Amino acid sequence: MKEMKILSEWAYSPCEPYRGYTGKTLYVNVGNLKFAEKNVTEEMKEKFVGGRGFGLKLLWDAVRDETRWNDPENEIVISGGPLCGITQYPGSGKYYAVFISPLTDQTYDSNSGGHFAPLLKFAGWDALEIQGKAERDVIVFIDGDEGKVQVLESPFRDINAHSVTEELHERFAASEKDKRFISVIATGKGAENTYLGCLNTSFYDARRGIVRLKQAGRGGGGTVLRDKKIAAIVVRKHGWSGMSNNPADPETIQRLGLKLHKEIYELDDKQSRMRRVGTVHLNEIMNDYHLLPVHNYKFGQHPEAKNIHSTIYEKMFTQGIPDGCWYGCTMACSKAIDGFTLKTGPWKGRTVSIDGPEYETCAALGSNIGVFDPEWTAEAAFYADFYGIDTISLGTSLAFVCECYELGYLNEETTEGLKLGFGKAEALMELIHRIGEGRGEFAALVGKGIRRMKAAFAERFGAPREILEAIGMEGQGIEVSEYVSKESVAQWGGYFLTLKGPQHDEAWLIFMDMVNRQLPTFEDKAEALHYFPNFRLWFSLAGLCKLPWNDIEPEDNLTKYPPQEAAKVPEHVQNYVDLFNAMTGKKIDKAELILQSERVYNFQRVFQLRLGKGTRKDHSIPLRAISPVFKDEWEARRDYYDEQLRSSGVDPQGLSTEEKIKRLQELRLAQWEKLVDAVYRRRGWDKNGIPTVEKLEELGMDFESVVAVVKKHTRKEDQWEEDL
Amino acid sequence: MISVNGESMKWHPGMTVREILDAKHYTFPMIAVWINGTPVPRDRFDETEVPDGANVQAVHMIGGG
Repeated sequence: MKEMKILSEWAYSPCEPYRGYTGKTLYVNVGNLKFAEKNVTEEMKEKFVGGRGFGLKLLWDAVRDETRWNDPENEIVISGGPLCGITQYPGSGKYYAVFISPLTDQTYDSNSGGHFAPLLKFAGWDALEIQGKAERDVIVFIDGDEGKVQVLESPFRDINAHSVTEELHERFAASEKDKRFISVIATGKGAENTYLGCLNTSFYDARRGIVRLKQAGRGGGGTVLRDKKIAAIVVRKHGWSGMSNNPADPETIQRLGLKLHKEIYELDDKQSRMRRVGTVHLNEIMNDYHLLPVHNYKFGQHPEAKNIHSTIYEKMFTQGIPDGCWYGCTMACSKAIDGFTLKTGPWKGRTVSIDGPEYETCAALGSNIGVFDPEWTAEAAFYADFYGIDTISLGTSLAFVCECYELGYLNEETTEGLKLGFGKAEALMELIHRIGEGRGEFAALVGKGIRRMKAAFAERFGAPREILEAIGMEGQGIEVSEYVSKESVAQWGGYFLTLKGPQHDEAWLIFMDMVNRQLPTFEDKAEALHYFPNFRLWFSLAGLCKLPWNDIEPEDNLTKYPPQEAAKVPEHVQNYVDLFNAMTGKKIDKAELILQSERVYNFQRVFQLRLGKGTRKDHSIPLRAISPVFKDEWEARRDYYDEQLRSSGVDPQGLSTEEKIKRLQELRLAQWEKLVDAVYRRRGWDKNGIPTVEKLEELGMDFESVVAVVKKHTRKEDQWEEDL
Repeated sequence: MISVNGESMKWHPGMTVREILDAKHYTFPMIAVWINGTPVPRDRFDETEVPDGANVQAVHMIGGG
């Protein structure tokens, strides 16, 4: 690689972490080439904790109410959190990237494993805040060894995530072994050409001798990165250890880690088999329970799902290698397929290692588009990373396109020569390449996501808007992740009453609600939609991965606790409380853990409001997320749906299938409105979904600027009757 | 008759937990079963018999996707 020209350089004195924090955040403006160091105050730690909380706080201070995703003042803020970087407890290497999303026009947070977040902290920074737009492609290099930050001219002409990360590891490492002290965030050409750009985050896999990638996939963070003309962000830091966070009580962290390692070693093979297959253990389970999205979420099951069974992926994944994406993660779910020869695209004929695919990708670039071929899915997953595109939004968008084609709203002419449809693997792969490489108007449109496709298909091709709205699986502008939600009222909320759109990281309540029947009333569902989103948000504050919470459970979890409590895996929740206290020296309990999250949850809600979103109208839900839309969906489970009508007091006898669908939709839309009301009340929001000033005061989040936003948008008619 | 997660199910003498799970197509490995409020260890699903009139809770433990 040719020498990279230094455009700007800034020296700093790296602060060592103390009790999980370095106390400093780094600001880099790639537009005016300015750098700054900001202090982390005690109030910031108290109110925002770290990770996503820090990201939201810094972004709030950086943008205007009118800022949009491609304005220079939009930022990408990357932060781990106080627990990020420990090596004793599994899943402790995550960062959370916060930015205004091109898909949703509001704040988004997306997380990734890999080594970037720990190395950033050990280089002296609790968060990295990047603002501005460069004039030409640049690389941001944070050198924690030398205490300097550089903006370098990028040498890359052809941006793809694999080449960029590999070459930058090569460039900044002194030797092969030295590559593990470097991590890169990069994306690809597809991030420039779409709104679906992901952030690929590297880690050096010493056993394979290769650089591997994890993704902060969702929300278009990669698109923001490329809009700023950043080719990559690199961090380098030597000389750290698992104790570099200088925790208050290292023995407790050690003890808790050993306990969980033991559970994983002894129980994982009997439980989720994460160490063997990662999250693809869900493939067959979701199919068994009618939850696997098939053909744009029309169905939840398919006979060919046997072809994507986890046992098939188990054979494809290289076994016997501890696949953690950060040191000390014995859950080791970052599986990889080695020695895979690509059949298509710019790297056709090359033999590569493929990261994953994980469950979401198997469904998005698999069952949801009617392709039940793991080799095809693996290749599509590779190229999604290569081009820097989120596999979930890509797959869900393609599923929408397939259905529109089969409904006759698209044809070979409008798709510029592609005969699309469910299962049309060759044409779909060609479309992925066109999207990634930016070839053709149709591919460009698909890459803007479903919300924009709906408008364009209606306007340009005369497709009926009402149907497009019913079957276009997005919320708040972002595509639904890969679960069929229509039979679980609580999961309608888990997907569509969320801060940023239908991603499954807030709440996954389908089993609790639909199968276990633990949430019979709207109040029960609202309580779950208070607890789980707040509990799960906490991982994003602390810098942790969610998977070791409930993809492994203590053997006595089910005998020690009643069913309702057992679902929370109380012992693991206590581990997190103890870990946080052992790191920071604070004394929180389980209730305060939820309070920490609730503060940030409500702050982010107000942030969306500030950006012109964040009200009830933004919590809309497509019909297919709550009900069958077409006859074939009903007929596939006729007895089940007839019984659904009967149990709601409607006799299906004598009704046509179309009439039955209409009645069920009416019933479920009424349920949806009840759910929204119940959830808003439980969250302390008004009828319009806005946190009340009283709620902000109760949480201690009544900052002047936050209260001003709420007051500006609050209407008297949105108060609950009992509050008047 | 017995109740499984609030739904009625026909009972027969000698009926085991495993039979119930198979009949309901409950294939998820991280499932916990309570009979009349008493938990049944996972390794005893095959031989544990369910009495007539029992209230069976078959709880899928996953709390998040």
